[in-house]
Amino acid sequence: MSGEGRPRWLVFGVGNPSRGDDALGPLFIERLEQWSAAIGKLPVELSMLTDFQWQIEHALDLIGVDVVLFVDASVSVAPPYEIGPLQPIFDATYSTHALSPACVLAVAEKLGQFMPQAWLLTISGERFELGAPLSPSSESYLESAVDYLRACIIAGMLEIRGPGDNATP
Amino acid sequence: MAFDLETAEHPENLRRIAIDPISRVEGHGKITLLLDDDGHVHQARLHIVEFRGFEKFVQGRPYWEAPVMVQRLCGICPVSHQIAAAKALDHVVGATPPPSAEKMRRLMHYGQILQSHALHFFFLCSPDLLFGFDAEIDQRNIGAIVAQYPDVARQGIALRKWGQEAIRLTSGKRVHGTGAIPGGINKLLTAAERDFLLADADQMVAWSRDAVELVKKLVAANRVQFEQFGLFRSSLMSLVRADGALELYDGALRARSADGVLIFDGVSDQKYDTLIREEVKPWTYMKFPYLTQLGREEGWYKVGPLARVQNCDFISTPLAETERRSFTDACGDRLCHAPLAYHWTRMIEMLHAAELIRDLLDDPDLLAGERVGSGVRGHGGVGVIEAPRGTLIHQYEVGEDDLITMCNLIVSTTHNNQAMNEAVRQVARQYIDGQRITEALLNRIEVVIRAFDPCLSCATHALGKMPLIVELFDPAGNRVDRLVRNG
Repeated sequence: MSGEGRPRWLVFGVGNPSRGDDALGPLFIERLEQWSAAIGKLPVELSMLTDFQWQIEHALDLIGVDVVLFVDASVSVAPPYEIGPLQPIFDATYSTHALSPACVLAVAEKLGQFMPQAWLLTISGERFELGAPLSPSSESYLESAVDYLRACIIAGMLEIRGPGDNATP
Repeated sequence: MAFDLETAEHPENLRRIAIDPISRVEGHGKITLLLDDDGHVHQARLHIVEFRGFEKFVQGRPYWEAPVMVQRLCGICPVSHQIAAAKALDHVVGATPPPSAEKMRRLMHYGQILQSHALHFFFLCSPDLLFGFDAEIDQRNIGAIVAQYPDVARQGIALRKWGQEAIRLTSGKRVHGTGAIPGGINKLLTAAERDFLLADADQMVAWSRDAVELVKKLVAANRVQFEQFGLFRSSLMSLVRADGALELYDGALRARSADGVLIFDGVSDQKYDTLIREEVKPWTYMKFPYLTQLGREEGWYKVGPLARVQNCDFISTPLAETERRSFTDACGDRLCHAPLAYHWTRMIEMLHAAELIRDLLDDPDLLAGERVGSGVRGHGGVGVIEAPRGTLIHQYEVGEDDLITMCNLIVSTTHNNQAMNEAVRQVARQYIDGQRITEALLNRIEVVIRAFDPCLSCATHALGKMPLIVELFDPAGNRVDRLVRNG
């Protein structure tokens, strides 16, 4: 909790802005930053991070966080997006330059850090070529996902959402 | 020319072992060993199998794009390429960067040295040293360090993160930011950004000191291995400051022989091409530089922490200087050439970088001042810095239309090419000759390469999964064994 008693939320989006729909993570953070700057005080203490990929040191970004939401583009989720809780898994990605968000959590756990409540938001993407713009469909999925999270933040809680279940909370 | 064990007389009669790709090494390399029926090594080579071609594809691009483009050479040390390119192009715009710009570049560079050294030691190499070369494969990774040495892991991860934050705040991003531009810098620090870094500075200095102590303990625990593993002698080269201090950002070139005798000193970096030539060999994309004065056979050399710490007369920050003296005292009157000593000197440099960052953060020029200088337009220039793994040279020529017409890059790994090949041959001689081929033996070859430099991607002018495939061929060319290590 922050000094004001508000829970600390971290929204952490990844992706390469130059690779088509891989930009969904950074764009999600960009939209959220614009919104939070305009809306003023929220029921949660919101911080945002973005990077190309998740790496081991990002485990340290979870220190002092009550709720973390990882945001990424995915080709394997049904449009427009899916969100659900995330458990730590020390998978094979730990030795690469691109850890899974579950592995970032697992590193934090192995380091003995307080474990935040963790969620994963994946937004449907379809093209990831270098230099490609965001696809029109992903643009609309992005807006849906941002709308959803805005509502969650105002409500102070996250809820599981899957295909066909995209009403705001 | 060919060195001992570089090229076998009758390779068609030998067994071939390929380690492909090498794991926990940045970029893809391959090692081949040709053995006879008795298991004796007849040929040992480190191949670099990627070709990146940056020198060609920056040609025809506007010169101001170069500091951003060349960063894509590497995901670990993009800052080094950015700064070396900007330094070279300072000569094209005819400007000496104003004090604030130079200090911002230095802060960025010291952050890069610190984060890269932390990554190299804690993430890539510490498993070899903490668990031993014969450790089970599931221990030879940062995951095992996190599980079994959480304090060491936590400090290593935090050091890397702090270095990356210094990079982010000076260049805009942890990886592939901007910041250094021809003639200066495009941003200064805010007071809040400075205070953010300062808040952890003393802790980072303390943890860097702990890292040096850790290496010293590991050395003391196995002194013979430390001194003898992959040992060979060579010249060494680095930048040094005008007063002889270890210098990472800007200085003159100095080289010493294997016995410590000066070969050249105080040579302007703009004249590097009078000191160094590069030889091409048909079996690898990576060139073999040598000191012109000594020729191809005798002129190869080492760069990087082991060279820098022994090439300088002193280190300008007190804690690192104390550790430099401790290191040289331990080596006696001679230069140390042990490849594993790279780790010791690397941690001394990490401590130096932490001290430099802490002290520099008090400088008000970081918060205010001119960002870009101006001067008379030139047509080319050389930028040399000491990147984490060693001397990094960028040279550009630019036409009247502002387009790059020539680019030459000599990266740290290329300087160390012959040295790494020699280290592989020494280890092959020490550990493979006449013995059964095991993963533990093959890992020793990787250990010696990692001691130098786990960054092969930029040396060929990538990131990827790093599975290890070892194939064993009989003299007739039939594959008789295959070992796969998943990344």
